[in-house]
Amino acid sequence: MWEVFIRARRGLSHQHVGSLHAPDAEMALRNARDVYTRRGEGVSIWIVPSSAITASSPDEKDPFFDPAMDKAYRHPTFYDVPEGVSHL
Amino acid sequence: MYGNVDGIESSDEGALPAGVEAALQELFDQLIADDQRIEPRDWMPDGYRKTLIRQIAQHAHSEIIGMQPEGNWITRAPSLRRKAILLAKVQDEAGHGLYLYSAAETLGVDREDLLDLLHSGKQKYSSIFNYPTLSWADMGAIGWLVDGAAIMNQVPLCRCSYGPYGRAMVRICKEESFHQRQGFEILFTLSHGTPAQHAMAQDAVNRFWWPALMMFGPPDTDSPNSEQSTAWGIKRFSNDELRQRFVDMCVSQAEALGLTLPDPDLQWNSERQHHDFGAIDWAELTRVIKGDGPCNAQRMARRVSAHEDGRWVREAAQAYAAKHRAGKVPAGAAA
Repeated sequence: MWEVFIRARRGLSHQHVGSLHAPDAEMALRNARDVYTRRGEGVSIWIVPSSAITASSPDEKDPFFDPAMDKAYRHPTFYDVPEGVSHL
Repeated sequence: MYGNVDGIESSDEGALPAGVEAALQELFDQLIADDQRIEPRDWMPDGYRKTLIRQIAQHAHSEIIGMQPEGNWITRAPSLRRKAILLAKVQDEAGHGLYLYSAAETLGVDREDLLDLLHSGKQKYSSIFNYPTLSWADMGAIGWLVDGAAIMNQVPLCRCSYGPYGRAMVRICKEESFHQRQGFEILFTLSHGTPAQHAMAQDAVNRFWWPALMMFGPPDTDSPNSEQSTAWGIKRFSNDELRQRFVDMCVSQAEALGLTLPDPDLQWNSERQHHDFGAIDWAELTRVIKGDGPCNAQRMARRVSAHEDGRWVREAAQAYAAKHRAGKVPAGAAA
C-alpha cells in the first residue's frame, strides 16, 4: 500500500491526498496519476510505501508536543513594539 | 442509506483498564460535541469504527457496482463526444470507489476483505444500481436523478466527523457535479428533439424517479441506525429531510427540462413551503435490498467474474514486481 502526495502547482508543497494499492513503485505512480489527477490537480506526485511512514501517536499527543505549548515568546505577538516604530 | 447489513468484525484490541477507557470515551465525546474531526489511530468506540467501516465500504461498493448500468451504454453512445463523456463519468465512479476503499482502510480493514464481503453478499451496495438501463435516455436520467440524489446525500457527508471519509466526500462532490450536469444535458437535448426522443427521455424519468427517491433510505420512523449515526456526527440530516430537499430541487429542474415527474400527488404546499409528494412503495425497496430487484443477480455475477477474470493481471503485476525487486532482471531490460 502506498500513500500519495500531490503538488498542485509550482510554489505549493506536496499534500497528502489518499492511498492506493500497487505491486511496485512505477505502477503506483501511474495509478496515482489516474486516480488522483484526472482534472489536472497535480504537476508532481510522490508515492511513499505506507509502511515507511512513522507517525506520532495520537495518545501521546499532549506530552509529545507539550514543550512548545508554554513558550509564547516564540511568537512575534508576544513582544510590545513602541508606537511609531515601523518595519518591526 | 446503503443498507443495514452488519459488516465485518473489527480486530480485537486488548482490553483497556476501565478508567482509561472512560477517559478516552470522554475525549471522543468532547471532540464530537465540538464538531471536531476524528482521525485515523485516534481512539474511538468500537461501534463507531464498525458502523463507519460498514458505511464507507458499502458506499465504495456502490461506486464500483454503479459502473455497470452506465458501462452498458458506452459502446452505444450516439456520438463520439457523448462516448468520451460517458467514459469519463464511469472512470470517475471507479475513482470514487478507490477513494472510499482508501478511507475505509484507515480504520484498520483490508480492502480484500471488504471485496470478499461484497462478493458473498454480506455487504450491500446502493439499491438503485439493481435497475436496468434500457435506453440511451437512461444515461440522462441516471446523471440527473441518481447522481443528483447522491450529491444531496454526499454534501452533508463532507462534514462527517471521521476525517478521511469527509475529505474523500469533498473530492467526490467536486467530481459529481459534472455527472449531474451531464445527465441534465442529455435529457434536455432529447426532450427538445424529435417526438420519439422526447418520449424516450420521459420514459427514462418515469422509470428512475421513484427508485431515486428510495436512495435516501427508509422513512425516518423506520430507520433504526439513524439516531446513533447522528449522535456520532456521521449523519447530519435525516433521510426524509434530504428526500424532501431533493424533490423540491427536481420540480423546477423538471420544468426546465420540459419533462414531467411521474407523481400525480406532487404539488406545492404553501403551508409547509415544500412540495407534497405521493407515497413510496417501501415494499419494493425492501425487495430490491434483499436481492429481488431486476438486476441484482446480474450485477453480482458481473462483479465477481470481473474480479476473477482479472486475477491473472494482478498476479502478473505482482510477479513482475517481485522479479525486479529480486534483481533478476537488469534495469531497462524487457521482462
